[in-house]
Amino acid sequence: MSARIVAPALVGIVMLALWEALVRFNEIPPYILPGPILIAQTMLRDGPSLMGSLWVTLRITLAALALAVVLGGAIAILFAQSRLLELSFFPYAVILQVTPIVAIAPLIIIWVNDTFASLLICAWIVAFFPVVANTTLGLNSADRNLVALFRLYNASRWQVLRHLRLPSALPYFMAGVRISGGLALIGAVVAEFVAGTGGSSTGLASRILESGYRLEIPRLFAALFLLSLAGILIFAVLSWISNALLSHWHESALPDED
Amino acid sequence: MNAAPLLEVTGLAKVFRNGVTALHDVNLSVAAGSFLSILGPSGCGKSTLLRLIADLTPPSAGTIQWSAARGSIGFVFQEPTLMPWASVWDNVYLPLRLTGVAKEQARPRIDATLGAVGLDAFADTYPRELSGGMKMRVSIARALVTEPSLLLLDEPFAALDEITRFKLNEDLLKLWQRHHWTVIFVTHSVFESVFLSDRIVVMTRRPGRIVADVPIALPFPRDEALRTAPDYSAYCRQLSQTLAEASA
Ligand SMILES: Nc1ncnc2c1ncn2[C@@H]1O[C@H](COP(=O)(O)OP(=O)(O)OP(=O)(O)O)[C@@H](O)[C@H]1O
Ligand SMILES: [Mg+2]
Repeated sequence: MSARIVAPALVGIVMLALWEALVRFNEIPPYILPGPILIAQTMLRDGPSLMGSLWVTLRITLAALALAVVLGGAIAILFAQSRLLELSFFPYAVILQVTPIVAIAPLIIIWVNDTFASLLICAWIVAFFPVVANTTLGLNSADRNLVALFRLYNASRWQVLRHLRLPSALPYFMAGVRISGGLALIGAVVAEFVAGTGGSSTGLASRILESGYRLEIPRLFAALFLLSLAGILIFAVLSWISNALLSHWHESALPDED
Repeated sequence: MNAAPLLEVTGLAKVFRNGVTALHDVNLSVAAGSFLSILGPSGCGKSTLLRLIADLTPPSAGTIQWSAARGSIGFVFQEPTLMPWASVWDNVYLPLRLTGVAKEQARPRIDATLGAVGLDAFADTYPRELSGGMKMRVSIARALVTEPSLLLLDEPFAALDEITRFKLNEDLLKLWQRHHWTVIFVTHSVFESVFLSDRIVVMTRRPGRIVADVPIALPFPRDEALRTAPDYSAYCRQLSQTLAEASA
């Protein structure tokens, strides 16, 4: 096994052991800080019900990510068609991006009746920007001489987009999608927190809130653990897709020099 | 060769947006079927002149008049300029694809062109797996595949070692003689230009102007033996001196 797996695994085991020891020696009550063993037990006991909540959150996350990829990509392609369009609308994409989602989530939840739809919109607002910004950059960074070459052969706008700009943008796009994957999850959780205070959500975030109110801290940790696991999984899958798409040509996905 | 001019450049000037005058009052008549080299110091506007001729950038003044025989143009840039995501075969296919030729129809021509530059075994390879010289040959194949009537080459062999360079020089000459293209070849190298051309123009330092126009009356076909011939050396000496004066 490579150091890539063994080293961080060892660090993890040592940290968990220290944590458990700390909790036991100081007799810290579980409603302040539960030890990892207790959390694991809670995980086994409450696992099935937590999994149901995880699925609720994950559904919103994946839908928001899909929407960010499709709409973000489409917006970037539109921007690349006209500099005027980009100049006119890009600032608004930035405004949407820098406005704290917790500030506008309550409004969206009031305006949109359907819970799933309102949470989806919140998560999308958080997730879409990296795809737009990266893809726009990628579409505009096609090699100047290649652009000239396409011109020399009287390529149509569509041909330039299809055969030059889109492939040039793919690595940038994938980098954006990988960031958006994490953000979609964060967006979904934040939106659920806001909605959860109104009691209308059943996702992991509302379980965390609920566990907090009831001082069921081990369950809170178990939910937190599931959430991180989901985030890591999303990132790993997106990285894998990115590598598979770029492996035969892009520097970022090439194996080490041999 | 006193064939009719394929193109006639008159009073051409190029001032870039940042105020740099790259070319000033360039006049040049290029005969159909000729092999013309442009020789000049770095930064004198050789690449700019080629881009103007290919209509990749608009002139600030002057005109380029084409004869009725104007056909397609093949352009080889100073860098290989390949699409890294496409195989060698697909890179060479690009010009045909853009003009609407189907893959199967294009296949014989692409395979033949790859053969002509000695890359038939590398059709499925990606650019990153090629050496610098091989990339340049792909770039040349891509320019040749449309069988252009005018071939513009911008220091295509500058980054290559001498042996590869000599070999590609000869290959290029053979192709030129077989197909009767018009070639405009930009280079820093006096030796290379004399070996290849039937005419050489020398440009001055910025703003670029043409200061010498030298016909090279060495017989074709040319081969390795020419590189040690006395007439060849005489031309090289003459042009080296002209170039030195132009660069001063
Ligand atoms: N897009 C541009 N904008 C502004 N100035 C430019 C641009 N392209 C070239 N120049 C300037 O025009 C001059 C001529 O450039 P050009 O590339 O034609 O030179 P060159 O003769 O091909 O040089 P080299 O032999 O080094 O390739 C240079 O001084 C360069 O700085
Ligand atoms: Mg140049």
